[in-house]
Amino acid sequence: MGLLSKKDTKLILDPLTDDNPITIQVLGICSALAITAQLKPSIVMAVSVIFVLGLGNVVISLMRNIIPSKIRIIVQLIVVATLVIIVDQVLKAYAYTLSKELSVFIGLIITNCIIMGRFEAFALGNKPWPSFLDGVGNALGYGVILIIVGFFRELLGSGTLFGFQVLGNPITKTGLYSIGYENNGFMVLPPMALIVVGIIIWVQRSRNPSLVEEN
Amino acid sequence: MGLKQSLHKMKMKYEGTKMAPAFNAIHTFLYLPNETTHNGTHIKMADDLKRTMNMVILSLVPCLIFGIFNAGYQHNIQIGLVDAAAGFFSPEFWNLDNFSIGAWKVLPLVLVSYGVGLLIEFIFAVIKGHEVEEGYLVTGMLVPLIVPVDIPLWMLAVAVIFGVVIGKEVFGGTGMNILNPALTIRAFLFFAYPTWMSGDKVWVTGAVDTVGQPDAISGETILGSLAQNNGFQQWDLMDQFLGFIPGSVGETSKLLIVVGALILILSKIGSWRIILSTLVGALTMGLIFNGVVSQGWVTESSKFFGLMDVPFWQHLFIGSILFGAVYMATDPVSASQTNKGKWIYGFLIGFISIMIRVFNPAYPEGVFLAILLMNVFAPTIDHYVVEGNIKKRAKRLKVKTA
Repeated sequence: MGLLSKKDTKLILDPLTDDNPITIQVLGICSALAITAQLKPSIVMAVSVIFVLGLGNVVISLMRNIIPSKIRIIVQLIVVATLVIIVDQVLKAYAYTLSKELSVFIGLIITNCIIMGRFEAFALGNKPWPSFLDGVGNALGYGVILIIVGFFRELLGSGTLFGFQVLGNPITKTGLYSIGYENNGFMVLPPMALIVVGIIIWVQRSRNPSLVEEN
Repeated sequence: MGLKQSLHKMKMKYEGTKMAPAFNAIHTFLYLPNETTHNGTHIKMADDLKRTMNMVILSLVPCLIFGIFNAGYQHNIQIGLVDAAAGFFSPEFWNLDNFSIGAWKVLPLVLVSYGVGLLIEFIFAVIKGHEVEEGYLVTGMLVPLIVPVDIPLWMLAVAVIFGVVIGKEVFGGTGMNILNPALTIRAFLFFAYPTWMSGDKVWVTGAVDTVGQPDAISGETILGSLAQNNGFQQWDLMDQFLGFIPGSVGETSKLLIVVGALILILSKIGSWRIILSTLVGALTMGLIFNGVVSQGWVTESSKFFGLMDVPFWQHLFIGSILFGAVYMATDPVSASQTNKGKWIYGFLIGFISIMIRVFNPAYPEGVFLAILLMNVFAPTIDHYVVEGNIKKRAKRLKVKTA
């Protein structure tokens, strides 16, 4: 490992598995429910959060010694808001339909608990480089779950992936639909996202029993 | 050596192995186990879980048999093979033509429901190493009775897997579930495959296949017709009471549901408080809607008029409110446990059922949604009933000491 030390690798990889922001810390659930009906918005959301959290962590970390602790939440909010507006404007300029699809949820990245959580828990007490890695790692962990949920919801709910009809055409009855298969309308509804996230949590904890909390 | 002895012998062999729970389930299902207790006094009760479940199944059997005949009858009457049945024992209803078509459609539903559900129970018992629980025996019987007769079997299988795993096993199996598993299965089907669970096609077998043909079969239910302000069509009150109407497989015959209710109440398995308060709740809501109509606040041009104008008592004869009240709301696991709680729980089920039925034309029948909703609130109701009781007694204590 030339580029990253062992500690740095841990910062990136831990949130992907055993310290995942969604499945272990159970943060950022709302957006995971709201925009994962399809794969494309899930990925855009994941990339946006990687950008906001990675950069935000660096900015906060750079300012960590000059932020008065009494107003630190306000400062953090301003940093996130600035970054989110950048993302929003870029999406509006270059991917207008997608930005319409994600509607308020890009703006709501500001309220994503993962971001404030990492600012508070990590960036305020660490140097910029580890903060950057921590931000990217956590955002990746968030993104991975989003993409898994989005994959299953789009595949089973609409029979498509990125809008391509991978299971056949439901109207002209080709592919799987010719033998009586039908899309599962429940998958498109938000409750199913909650259940899919729940199943991911279940699978993860049964593979790694040390994650199970004691009662 | 009989089967009983050889099973006992095999039990010794399986003792402690991974498959032991699966074997024990079959063993205890067939015979009384050969173990006796070794020390201490034990409470002797005739009604263990297995006997409770068997009584419920027993009370469901008339509905199932009627459902089989009715599935064929509704089909045959539309293609002109049989005439309208005159009375309950009419040979136009109880004949082989009806039975053969009905059995061909309904028995696969029963088989899939039991096969898939019990398979999952066995898998979970083997993985977790606990005994197979009897809870699914009733659920497996209820499921085919509350789905449309033409539902594709694979959809039913998917829904059963979902209902048993997400509705029950994740909470810890029989006795730990928050929601009624049979209704979880129905709710899953309803939201996942709405075209197969509602509308005017799926309730009579053959209606889906004949769409658009000159001899098309109508699969509309009374509720569907009322929701579109088309009135009761050709079904009179007697048809509704005896059950010669299209609907989910087992819920049409109000007469047989009443018989089942009597069995459950007399054997003290179903709570009469819940059944009664559910009906009272439904009647109250029906009365309110009748009042709204007679006040002239809602006129015939309103899309809710058809259902609001139904006489309040007749709400019990259409749709599945009676079936829900007797077999679903009384589920001892997901219902309220306290007596006062049972009154509140039941009343709200009936009240909300009729409200959903009238106000949401997309769900002409809201009974399953109302019961699921109240399942969620049942522990809350119990909590406040118990708290209230504690407070009342604490007050009494103060008066005495003062």
